[in-house]
Amino acid sequence: MSRSARVGAIAGALLLALAGTAAADAVKLGRPALPEEIKAWDIDVRPDGLGLPEGKGSVAQGEELFQNQCAMCHGEFGEGVGRWPVLAGGQGTLKSERPEKTIGSFWPDTSTIFDYVHRAMPFGAAQTLQPDEVYAIVAYLLYLNDVVPDDYVLSKENFPKVALPNQANFYDDDRETTEKAFWNANPCMKDCKPKVEITSHARVLDVTPDAGKQGDKPAGAVE
Amino acid sequence: MTQTKPETRVDRRRFLSLAGLAGAGAAAGVRPAAAEATPDPDIVNIPEWTQALGAGVNNHPYGIPSPFEKDVVRREVTWLTASSESSVSFTPLYALDGIITPNGLCFVRHHGGEAEIDPARHRFMIHGMVDKPLVFTMEDIKRMPGRTNRVYFLECAANSGMEWRGAQLNGCQYTHGMIHNVVYTGVPLRAFLEAAGVKPQGKWVLAEGADASAMTRSIPLEKAMDDCLVAWAMNGEALRPEQGYPLRLVVPGWEGNMWIKWLRRIEVGDQPWGQREETSKYTDLLADGRSRRFTFIMDAKSVVTSPSPQAPLRAKGPNVVSGIAWSGRGTITRVDVTLDGGRNWTTARIEGPALPRAMTRFYLDVDWNGEEMLLQSRAMDDTGYVQPTKAELRAVRGENSIYHNNGIQTWLVRSNGEAENVEVS
Ligand code: HEC
Repeated sequence: MSRSARVGAIAGALLLALAGTAAADAVKLGRPALPEEIKAWDIDVRPDGLGLPEGKGSVAQGEELFQNQCAMCHGEFGEGVGRWPVLAGGQGTLKSERPEKTIGSFWPDTSTIFDYVHRAMPFGAAQTLQPDEVYAIVAYLLYLNDVVPDDYVLSKENFPKVALPNQANFYDDDRETTEKAFWNANPCMKDCKPKVEITSHARVLDVTPDAGKQGDKPAGAVE
Repeated sequence: MTQTKPETRVDRRRFLSLAGLAGAGAAAGVRPAAAEATPDPDIVNIPEWTQALGAGVNNHPYGIPSPFEKDVVRREVTWLTASSESSVSFTPLYALDGIITPNGLCFVRHHGGEAEIDPARHRFMIHGMVDKPLVFTMEDIKRMPGRTNRVYFLECAANSGMEWRGAQLNGCQYTHGMIHNVVYTGVPLRAFLEAAGVKPQGKWVLAEGADASAMTRSIPLEKAMDDCLVAWAMNGEALRPEQGYPLRLVVPGWEGNMWIKWLRRIEVGDQPWGQREETSKYTDLLADGRSRRFTFIMDAKSVVTSPSPQAPLRAKGPNVVSGIAWSGRGTITRVDVTLDGGRNWTTARIEGPALPRAMTRFYLDVDWNGEEMLLQSRAMDDTGYVQPTKAELRAVRGENSIYHNNGIQTWLVRSNGEAENVEVS
């Protein structure tokens, strides 16, 4: 390499190094997102109603849509067919041994029903429902969960006023205070307990795949 | 490929049963440690593989494991979910060593099946409370300055979720297999956010996937600007389709559901979006009927991977107790192991790199006399957090939480070497 070529290479390396510290636009990557493009992807709806499209739908319209497009998995009344998710009922079960977490018994925000049904349902035909259809289905799901009467019409205007029963029962992660005892510099190393007894065996349930027999659906689930 | 593969003479069934790969129900059959009395035929006879030529160099243009390892695969628990497009398969931890999970064995969790995306048609958008909404192609992303490589574990918040009410599944693949640990190549998410210019009101970001669940999670802006990566490679090669090819979000130390696969969109906003995966799911129902939300961090946890129900002990005498530990809060500093159900503990040997928010390997070399053992491991991290017992955990979290079960695991190792998932007082 000639002397001048080497100097050039060093100068080039410096330019590259500068680009490395600057924001991406210094190297001219990416392009402005167009309003139509943002609109096409930004379908999320927030608990305060931000993101709701124009539209409305009634419980009756929702019932028809639900029976045609949803009931084969979620059941006529949202009770769930087989292992498909249960969408209604379960009120008063959250402290029991088998809590049933549904829209009515567990979900905090109505907006989540709209957002989720619109983005992901029906399972296998996502984002095929029109806004009016989603309003109607949400109205029907609220009706199935005893949140609104059977003549209810849900719309962008009355939406944020619809609250779900379990809304007040969520609070932010508090592990660092309520579980402070788990921070312990000197865990016990010797003679930590007088005796040890086995309190539970996996074999009693025997639900492990490949282990021979398959038991009933056991407690808990992956969610 | 021009050569046919020579038949192997080894008795495959014998090999498999010796290697302990026959699954959870396998009887162990401990062999005495004494030396063989007759000459070993595998030494005195010339095996095929020494005599005949093996396959050529490009027998498998993309290499695959030995056929003798055919049982080291991800497995499903079919009763868990209604459809395999919304389900999970588990990492075979019992058969793995070191800290890096091979790409093809990384557990898989989908909510709308495995999207197959042409990278030339994939777009990544940043918008919302930013000065300049931007769209990037995969080519743009790979030209971004500041590329980094980082090793991180990814654990599903529901890992061990089936064990809240007692010992249930026989094998660490099922009890702990919703975790993997790979090296990611990507660019800090911060670089994209800075390019778009986050407005002062911006406090949260929403990440969204391009799959049929259009998976979404709200993430605090502070985390997004700290250590999150926009990654396109794992263990040196392109992401596997089931891990989000061509682009995924990496959210170090935080629950796996937030690591959006097939990442296509980041929106900046001033409050969380209350998405289904942060309300209906991934909130922790406690005994009093109330629920914790935003429990993002994965607490310190560990498990003995061998011996374990799928990897019984084969012989008395010298044996290696092997396991993994990890913490979403930082670096694993110590792992203790007990052979007597938690009465007495010995500090295990941490071997290989112990990196922050990454899987860490530990060993305890033991001389086993054939007595029953109640094996447990207990992890500690550099914040001083000590992995709790299941009883300690239930005392605060009840049994209905599903998520965040990081309690100490017990394996009962019987005198025949078989291991079983149990709980102890
Ligand atoms: C083919 C079966 C199927 C059909 C049809 C279907 N769903 Fe679903 N639904 C599912 C599955 C599977 C899930 C869970 C997906 C996951 O794992 O993320 C789900 C989840 C839901 C949830 C969230 C449940 C929860 O507890 O978090 C709602 C709400 C829902 N579906 C509504 C609907 C509506 C409304 C329709 C009709 C427009 C519909 N579904 C059609 C299978 C179906």
